[in-house]
Amino acid sequence: MSDYKAVIGLEVHAELDTASKIYCGCTTAFGGEENTHVCPVCLGLPGALPLLNEKVVEFCIKAGLALNCKINNYSRQDRKHYFYPDLPKSFQTSQLDLPICYDGYLDIEVNGQTKRIGITRIHIEEDAGKLIHGLTGTRVDYNRGATGLIEIVSEPDLSSPEEVYAYMETLRQVLLYTGVSNCKMEEGSLRCDVNVSIHKEGEPFGVRTEMKNINSLSAAKAATAYEIKRQKQVLEEGGSLFQATLRWDDAKGINYVMRVKEHADEYYYFPEPDIMPIVISPEKVEAIRATLPELPKARQQRYKEQYGLSDYDANILTVSKALSDLFDQAVAECQGPAKACANFIMGDITRLLNEEALQPEEVPFGGKELAELANLASQGAISSSAASKVVEMLFQPEFAGKGPKAIVEEQNLGQVSDQGAIKAMCQQVIDANPKIVEDYRGGKKQAISALVGQVMKASKGKANPAMANQLLEELLGS
Amino acid sequence: MEITKETVLKVAGLAKLDLTEAEALRLAHEMGKIVEFADKLSEMDLEGVMPTTHAVKMENVFRDDEMQPSYPREEILANGPERDEACFVVPKVVE
Amino acid sequence: MDNMQKQELASLTLTQAAGLLAKGEASSSELTKLMLDRIAASNNNAYITVNAEAMAAAEAADARRREGGSLSPVDGLPMALKDNFCVRGMKTTCASRMLENFVPPYTATVAEKLADAGTVLLGKVNMDEFAAGNATDTSYFGPTKNPRDPKRVAGGSSGGSAAAVAEDTAYFTMGSDTGGSVRQPAAFCGVVGLKPTYGRVSRYGVVAFASSLDQVGPLNKTVEDCALTLSLIAGRDPRDASSLPNPVPDYLAGLKGAEGLKGLRVGVPKEYMGPGIQAEIRENVKKLIADLQTAGAIVEECSLPQLEYALSAYYVISSAEFSSNLGRFDGVKYGYRAKSYDGYDDMLRRTRSEAFGDEVKRRILLGTYTLSAGYFDAYYLRAQKARTLIMEDFRRAFSQYDILLTPTTPVTAWPLGTAFEDPSKVYAMDLCTVSVNVAGLPAISLPWGTDREGMPVGVQLIGPTLSEDRILQAAHGVEALSLHNYGEGRGQKGGGVHV
Ligand SMILES: [Mg+2]
Ligand SMILES: [Zn+2]
Repeated sequence: MSDYKAVIGLEVHAELDTASKIYCGCTTAFGGEENTHVCPVCLGLPGALPLLNEKVVEFCIKAGLALNCKINNYSRQDRKHYFYPDLPKSFQTSQLDLPICYDGYLDIEVNGQTKRIGITRIHIEEDAGKLIHGLTGTRVDYNRGATGLIEIVSEPDLSSPEEVYAYMETLRQVLLYTGVSNCKMEEGSLRCDVNVSIHKEGEPFGVRTEMKNINSLSAAKAATAYEIKRQKQVLEEGGSLFQATLRWDDAKGINYVMRVKEHADEYYYFPEPDIMPIVISPEKVEAIRATLPELPKARQQRYKEQYGLSDYDANILTVSKALSDLFDQAVAECQGPAKACANFIMGDITRLLNEEALQPEEVPFGGKELAELANLASQGAISSSAASKVVEMLFQPEFAGKGPKAIVEEQNLGQVSDQGAIKAMCQQVIDANPKIVEDYRGGKKQAISALVGQVMKASKGKANPAMANQLLEELLGS
Repeated sequence: MEITKETVLKVAGLAKLDLTEAEALRLAHEMGKIVEFADKLSEMDLEGVMPTTHAVKMENVFRDDEMQPSYPREEILANGPERDEACFVVPKVVE
Repeated sequence: MDNMQKQELASLTLTQAAGLLAKGEASSSELTKLMLDRIAASNNNAYITVNAEAMAAAEAADARRREGGSLSPVDGLPMALKDNFCVRGMKTTCASRMLENFVPPYTATVAEKLADAGTVLLGKVNMDEFAAGNATDTSYFGPTKNPRDPKRVAGGSSGGSAAAVAEDTAYFTMGSDTGGSVRQPAAFCGVVGLKPTYGRVSRYGVVAFASSLDQVGPLNKTVEDCALTLSLIAGRDPRDASSLPNPVPDYLAGLKGAEGLKGLRVGVPKEYMGPGIQAEIRENVKKLIADLQTAGAIVEECSLPQLEYALSAYYVISSAEFSSNLGRFDGVKYGYRAKSYDGYDDMLRRTRSEAFGDEVKRRILLGTYTLSAGYFDAYYLRAQKARTLIMEDFRRAFSQYDILLTPTTPVTAWPLGTAFEDPSKVYAMDLCTVSVNVAGLPAISLPWGTDREGMPVGVQLIGPTLSEDRILQAAHGVEALSLHNYGEGRGQKGGGVHV
């Protein structure tokens, strides 16, 4: 009975990275004391009027172009009515039938296969405030209220939890590259509603359920998998499904029915009279298109073709735009192979970002420094362990402003490639380790790496390990 | 169009208004009269007519993405029927 | 100052009072004190809130004048605002239990402009609850009585604004007009009321009724005062997206009395002269037509066939927007909250049910109904299309005529407590005024004689978009004819002679 097929569509809400909210000048900064980023407009005080932030419209167009959408030349905002304490006007200013963007797509890759997912529409709307549930009451904080959002609605083209994950990941990358959202899922800047139904091949679509406000990639995947399994189980047990909104509990790994939908929601939409129509000229669209950065797909292609990087490396390097930019800047100044720069980013730099809990944007040095370091390494002027040390130091504030060369000199990290000196050290190591020498001579060729390690130790990491290896082999007469 | 008490009660539910049976009955009658009046619109030939949503022809009225100071929290909360030092408080909303 | 002098001082027009202040023959403190005393003594229930700071503001205006630093010609003149204008730190009730104790932290643009001109805010005046009504009898604080006959309604929704001007408890007032709410009470109380072009005056900070129809307008004793007031408040407001950027002309410059009527092409839509209009009102308008012709105007009957549908379109659009705008009153952020409830939804429903009056509920229900799924196309969308045709009708008419002349109201002020058999009959009272809002046009109402019982009759002059200067000029001419005919106007009120 595993011949059910899942039909999945996503509605993704991305908070826009504007300085001010969508209809007023209040900051969009995350956090802050409750209700301190609020004014009469975003509190919906009677008589206060909205003024649309032009950047919100531009960001929506930009996202739309990056997602291959068409842009409506005439667009407008509509009121979507429902009562909830986090919605101060009791209507959300959104868009109904004239969204800014429509009819686009996003290519995703799952198991080496490319799949095209249709984007139905992208529209602008305002975010709601935050509810803080207590034991007896719910507290309302409107700081986030009326932050500009884009809602990206996909076609129901997805068919597995893996595709959901890949879609979200790829979408997130595109949004980050275009700079329209910081996509900080932990801060709720990127959230998705997942619509799931299952049916058998050739049969009509099944009953659809919706899971709202999922805020991590793994949760989106897990929730989808759970819901597909649940629906299958219900049907296989002869039960029937009903339209419902579900809430995913990520900690427990299960979902709950929030409410059963007996009839379609009554939002009684109508055109927002306080906001004038949005007319977007082809010139405006082209001007925004000209600001689009090279997107991850194109970059990966370029890395493979131009620098001979592997699929794997090209993918890893482009996950973050900041790191990918760092790579591009370094490669431009580096005399050695691009791969050397790539290795530092994927190795030491990524490790240190994780250790220091920093974002990719927060790498404290630039492409010029990275190029300098890669040059030193590929010229053999420093050992790889010394290079790691240099990267660590570049992350330390006390080395701020110093380049790798200066650090290597100051810290005396230069690699010793003096044959005579290293040969003397090798002889000392051979003399001091008869047991290992015996193993080596007895046929355990890998024992030589232990001797190289001893040479490195004796040289305080400055010996050129390749040279040490070669000299040891010579001295041991192999 | 005839408006029934049930319709009035359903609409009142959407609009978050409680009505007594008597009120709903009276309103059904009154709304029926008003809707009759609105039904006059069905006499019009509106084929191919574009709707007017705004009485003045203006478009693209935007503000720049500039931050302005928000209001002091005391002023924002001052009219709240129930509040604590930082937030408005409502009866517990279950998700 | 004896009572006679006080009465004389109180009945001065804004322009005359400004002249006295300029000559140093009166002070703002004197005039303000006079108004405050009259407010206290009045039984018409025009005011909801009296500004405790009014005398201090008057003294500050006097000090400015002594030092030669007056802010404008009307610096120091006392006025009042309809109670849907937000003023920071002062109650804004919208005449509703819902906002009985609401003190906004911000000020409406128009209130700010008037304060910047130095005018003294006497207080906030009565209105229909949330402006839904046309008799100021849906106010939570009780009805406003018509100063011309306290047994009658003052009209609405800006009834307090009209009554305050008519009873001389303010030199001018501000109102808001969604379907006639400035013009109709002006007509009922015998004063001048202007509804400017949609977008000409900022709506920022004025509690919305129907956002696409609302427009702020002044109520005055004379047309000249009206022109003066409009020049203080008109112009683009960057906080209101619907606010028009066009420059503001000098509204006073074109006022030429009856001279201004020469060659004026006036259309009289027959749709507003039918049997739905009280016979005496029709007679008055006919008299005006004759007088206009004598004064050199070209007056013709004309027809705007789509006007028949204006009332229907108006009630559909206004109720829809009204129900939407009033969703925010949920007992969470401001305003009334029910005392006992069981959970959020119950709190919401009880709060709204307890704090809104009947008429407000009726319109919310109507609006919700016409917007709800299945009815949107039949009502709201059709109304928006009807709007297009109504605007086209007006455009055609204005290619032939400079202005249109109509009665302001089908009847004169009715007795307080009149029970209409069904609400649509009350709504029909807005027949002549709503089309102007639907089309976003400017229109003025000014007194033109009375009916047999001495109740004022108002006539309405409608112009094309942004023709405030033209309709003020025409109204100034009509006012001169009125003065000649009825001995009324310029603040000299008396028993008008009916025709
Ligand atoms: Mg949405
Ligand atoms: Zn704000």
